[in-house]
Amino acid sequence: MTQLPLIKLQDVSYTYSGATKPILDKINFTLHEKQHLGLIGSNGCGKTTFFHIIMGLLKPDSGMLFFKGNEMRNAQHFKKLRQEIGLLFQDADDQLFSPTVLEDVAFGLLNLGVGPVKARQIAIQTLGDLGLAELEKRITHQLSGGEKKLVSLATILAMQPKVLLLDEPTNNLDSTTRARLIKILTELDIAYVIISHDRDFLAETSQKVLTMTQGRVTE
Amino acid sequence: MIFEGFSQGDSLLHKSDTRVKLVGAMALTLVISLCQSFFTGLAGLVVGLILLFLSRLDLNQVLIRMLVVNSFIGLLWLTLPLTYPGDMISFGSIVLSKQGIELVALITIKTNGIILFFITLLATSTVADLGHGLERLRLPTKLCLLLLFSYRYIFVVNQEYQRLVRAAKLRCFCPRTNLHTYRTYGHLFGMTLVKSWNRTERVGQAMLLRGFHGRFYTLNEQVMGKGDLIFLIIILIIVIGLVGLEFLFT
Repeated sequence: MTQLPLIKLQDVSYTYSGATKPILDKINFTLHEKQHLGLIGSNGCGKTTFFHIIMGLLKPDSGMLFFKGNEMRNAQHFKKLRQEIGLLFQDADDQLFSPTVLEDVAFGLLNLGVGPVKARQIAIQTLGDLGLAELEKRITHQLSGGEKKLVSLATILAMQPKVLLLDEPTNNLDSTTRARLIKILTELDIAYVIISHDRDFLAETSQKVLTMTQGRVTE
Repeated sequence: MIFEGFSQGDSLLHKSDTRVKLVGAMALTLVISLCQSFFTGLAGLVVGLILLFLSRLDLNQVLIRMLVVNSFIGLLWLTLPLTYPGDMISFGSIVLSKQGIELVALITIKTNGIILFFITLLATSTVADLGHGLERLRLPTKLCLLLLFSYRYIFVVNQEYQRLVRAAKLRCFCPRTNLHTYRTYGHLFGMTLVKSWNRTERVGQAMLLRGFHGRFYTLNEQVMGKGDLIFLIIILIIVIGLVGLEFLFT
């Protein structure tokens, strides 16, 4: 591809303090525009760490991270990056902290400086697009597990990201919600990377499935 | 666990601006909690009952909550009349203190009045609205965030704790008065603490990723209407009236 990749990791390594072996060992990875990737790997092999490095929650020991061709080095860079990359956490309860669903979906928008009227409008629109319109006024902690997962996806999509990183999105989902999630994802027009142990799910949602072993990503 | 049972409704009190209700509840509570006279206390109770009428809440539910509070006051009825120094009234072999009875009666009236203020003025809003209302009354943002987050995550922390307790029970843990039980509970509480700590870290990260920078914005820009203003003025007049009563009778 001639176009610059959206995300590019070059020889990125990371070792948790106290660990003897690096969890990420000179990882190389690229994600292109509108590319749908799956990432599979055993428990504790560093998949979540990998996402956290991309988002700037963890600082790599060595190596370089590029977003749209620019190297991400400091907090200012990552602030910009976070407006365009959305991360869906493993546990939806970590992501939903506002009292009502609508407020949570609007949270990111309000932080980006969108006015309350416009934020409400976009939030309602996003919920509607995902078929969640009826949840708008519900209290977040009273939602079911599946509803929580879909709402937390809405909270990220409302910010209109260019890239979506999903960390084990099918954990504890019933088959109906899982099917709904597959439909939503395949209809998305943006690039995404999904971490999952669910090979069938990855087969339906990704163009390519990568494997992570011993701190490396391979095809 | 806690449920916001009284927060849903369409009475005058449900629809009023949260700030008005917060200020009203604060002013009324302050006067009634400090008053020394029976008349002021009774007048406060009457105000509480009028508010209860206005709020159109389920009276049975309110009664249950009142009973819970009054069970604590029951303890005072058992102890104060017997122990408070003052003029003695004797009933056969039991000697009661007149001042003690008066004091505990005053406490009963005042407490019930204040509980009614809280139920009718504060419980008719959701905790979320109260948090935002407090913030808009210029209370420190940190305190308001603490309130909102405590409320949001108390359920999650409780669930986590219950999950641990269940896991312990499934492995035949049965609490007894022995060291093993104490140690297990120590582990349970410790684990809950650690898990909550880890969760706060993840929640913090999730917020950071969505651009949080120390301020909460609200979607519901409540605007003070004419009705709210009138309601506030009426409450403040009542408060001044109560203060007047207090000075008249003491």
